[in-house]
Amino acid sequence: MACQGLEQGETVATLKKETEALKTKLETERAKLQDVELNTLAEKIEPVGQLNIKTRRILKGHGNKVLCVDWCTDKRRMVSSSQDGKVIVWDAYTTNKEHAVTMPCTWVMACAYAPSGCAIAAGGLDNKLSVYPLSLDKNENLASKRKPVAMHTNYVSHCTFTLSDMQVLTSSGDGTCALWDVESAQLLQSFHSHTADVLSLDMGPAETSNTFVSGGCDMKAKLWDMRSGQNVQSFETHQSDVNCVKFYPSGDAFATGSDDATCRFYDLRADREVAVFSKDSVIFGANSVDFSQSGRLLFAGYNDYTVNVWDVLKGTRLNILYGHENRISSLRMAPDGTSFCTASWDNTLRVWA
Amino acid sequence: MADASPDPEPQPQPESSSSATDTTTTPSTPTATTTSPTTNTAADTTPASASASASSPASSTASATASGPATPTATAAPAPAPAPAPDPDEDLPNMIVYRKCEMMVIVRIHLNAALSIICRFQILQIEDIVTRIQHETEGVPIRTVKSFLSKIPSVVTGADIVQWLMRSLGIEDPAEAIHIGSLIAAQGYIFPISDHVLTLKDDGTFYRFQAPYFWPSNCWEPENTDYAIYLCKRTMQNKTRLELADYEAENLARLQRAFARKWEFIFMQAEAQLKIDRKKDKNERKILDSQERAFWDVHRPVPGCVNTTEMDIRKCRRMKNPQKVKKSVYGLNEDSQSQSPVHAPSQQGRKDTKDDVKKEILFLNAQLDRHCMKVSKVAETLIGYSEQYLDYDPFLTPLEPSNPWISDDPSYWDLEASKDPSQQRVRKWGFSMDEALKDPAGRDQFLRFVESEFSSENLLFWLAVQDLKRRPLQDVGVRAQEIWQEFLAEGAPRSINLDSHSYERTSQNLKDPGRYSFEDAQDHIYKLMKSDSYARFLRSNAYQDLLLARKKLETEQGRRTSLEKFTRSVGKSLTGKRLTGLMQSS
Repeated sequence: MACQGLEQGETVATLKKETEALKTKLETERAKLQDVELNTLAEKIEPVGQLNIKTRRILKGHGNKVLCVDWCTDKRRMVSSSQDGKVIVWDAYTTNKEHAVTMPCTWVMACAYAPSGCAIAAGGLDNKLSVYPLSLDKNENLASKRKPVAMHTNYVSHCTFTLSDMQVLTSSGDGTCALWDVESAQLLQSFHSHTADVLSLDMGPAETSNTFVSGGCDMKAKLWDMRSGQNVQSFETHQSDVNCVKFYPSGDAFATGSDDATCRFYDLRADREVAVFSKDSVIFGANSVDFSQSGRLLFAGYNDYTVNVWDVLKGTRLNILYGHENRISSLRMAPDGTSFCTASWDNTLRVWA
Repeated sequence: MADASPDPEPQPQPESSSSATDTTTTPSTPTATTTSPTTNTAADTTPASASASASSPASSTASATASGPATPTATAAPAPAPAPAPDPDEDLPNMIVYRKCEMMVIVRIHLNAALSIICRFQILQIEDIVTRIQHETEGVPIRTVKSFLSKIPSVVTGADIVQWLMRSLGIEDPAEAIHIGSLIAAQGYIFPISDHVLTLKDDGTFYRFQAPYFWPSNCWEPENTDYAIYLCKRTMQNKTRLELADYEAENLARLQRAFARKWEFIFMQAEAQLKIDRKKDKNERKILDSQERAFWDVHRPVPGCVNTTEMDIRKCRRMKNPQKVKKSVYGLNEDSQSQSPVHAPSQQGRKDTKDDVKKEILFLNAQLDRHCMKVSKVAETLIGYSEQYLDYDPFLTPLEPSNPWISDDPSYWDLEASKDPSQQRVRKWGFSMDEALKDPAGRDQFLRFVESEFSSENLLFWLAVQDLKRRPLQDVGVRAQEIWQEFLAEGAPRSINLDSHSYERTSQNLKDPGRYSFEDAQDHIYKLMKSDSYARFLRSNAYQDLLLARKKLETEQGRRTSLEKFTRSVGKSLTGKRLTGLMQSS
């Protein structure tokens, strides 16, 4: 489709007028698809029964705010990082610490466990992401084996390994996301479109997935094609920073958590928001969200120290979970869905089931 | 009003010396903030006037003095200023309400400007609640309570606050209201009059509301000099209820050491502040003292309490004041600047270049071309998915034998890791080819099936391309060539069937091999497998056996195992008896 108004002499102002016109047209077109609400259709299904979720493990050991947590594929180990630069690997089931390393920076906001279970990645205020290979050696000196991989021009906010230990995806305060080859530390692809810090990302769950979503301080959530680096779809309904994005398990939709105290649910095929999870009594920002295995439940960790459990389809809140004594910074479902973990500014992690 | 002054409260503008003894220009502390009409004292000040005399004397419109009676900008607000001359009707409740509303508008305008960069949403939502809760008719009953020989002005009980929160925010569980109320208290908006710990109790404990001057939205980062003045001032007062707590005494001692050289200055400031305070009416003084104390409880919290002023570094970068002009609570001005702090420009205000806008136009056009599905359709698939996976969600369907996290028994994990997949797991492979391929056991079974049909090249190709994408960069080129040789080249040993279009594309890609060289081919083969081999796999004896025969096997095995167990145990006890028999006899 030919683009109008791209001839020489067109000013930014006239071009902007064109974008406004296109945006309005797009909104009208999309609105035609809104023939029914998700929660209306969901009235026919059985409500969720009584949930009896409690803290099952408390992991103590960090000396400062815990900022991030990620599970290992073995469903019981996890890696966590904190404000004082410490990164700890736990066997959450036994609550034993298995490895620990101190990063050369504070505010380690991103950490991830490699799919093989043999390495971890961590990064933050140093603007870098480093990979550490794990060994069984009790006397290992992890810090000496540090391998810097990613390099941004601002803090690294989030990271994840893609299909294997060989590639990592990062998001950064510099407004970009990037895909890196771990071995050579080479930049494979960079992703530009956000106009402010990118705070979070999540890869599509399908085996052949080549897409990921990101959320940022420009209040937008974006879908990307990893091959081309293109921004494929963009969603802008939040009224403040999008702190977290997570795919629905089928890969057709994703949820977000934001400083505007709401979580939202977007469908990729309809290209629009299909649910908002909010309440008058929820006034603090949501920092991190994750789905249960079936996608029916959305767990969200907030700045008011609680976890709210939402019925994704019916749009209602099912539970509030108390326990943490400060903000919840990160929330992750275990790979087999048997529990989820929360990381908090109260220096602890909790596993809930 | 074009200046960037971020806070509605006046920046203390010391035109005179820094000793801040001039009460007309430097408000030492805010005037009492309450919504109770009982604080109706001096009526000589008008809310919107720019007169400096509005600073310290208490006024009936005290609740809205946050808008800064001494700041010229306040008058420039769109709201029309009422007549400056004192009006005999001024003290009537209606006038008070009118002025308060007007002031709130002014406050709001300044706040919006100030908070556009900070997490305005959260703060605005809290402050909206805090404003509503103090509303004369719709809010909580704020009273003056008689106690022994004195009066406790302007208080409300915790129970009343909890009730109001439940009513106004649609909360059913009092615990939830207490939790939110405690957080609002911890942020410094309400406080118990007799405690340093900022939390809310659902009982007769008395609480007071914080003056907007001290609200967090004013971007307070009070210096230790201010804190020192405050603590010093406290020690000068004779009331037992104002005695320093242990941690405060420790803080004071530490500050005295740190500021040893300028302690005389601090002492003088404290005296000056005390002098100003003493001029105030007794009740107003009580209120102000408690508000000031609550302010310091937020910024210098009791050890062990959550410090709610701690910021998330990702967010506070954007609101940091680049000129670092710190406001002083008590009107001190360390540096020579008399300007109000200017906010850092928001990153979102980055100027769009022509290229940026062109890109956006392309993007929007691509979106318009996209074929999208109706919400009714996608909603059905979402519902369908969740319903289908209901049995596989440990939060919705109890795990067999148990959830290891709950029972502390890892049997479930052992079973999942065992060589034989459970019937439920086998069933999942039938949901989609993706599920079968995701599960190593499923992938294995599928591979075995296609091998038995002598049609394994497709799946092997698909697996090889998946593996290619997981390789380190340096291996990719070589591996891609190997895949080409094995599956696509002329006379390839495991030749796959590609349409000519995909074949051409792939062949082109191989000229500069990369991890995505086979994407088209892989996609084509995936679709082929899905409709062909996968469908047959599900109908195959091998799969059906696993899906159904498992049950038969299980019950048979069950019987067999228990029989085995029985025989073994009988055998053991017999052997045991024989052994002991032997032992005894020897």
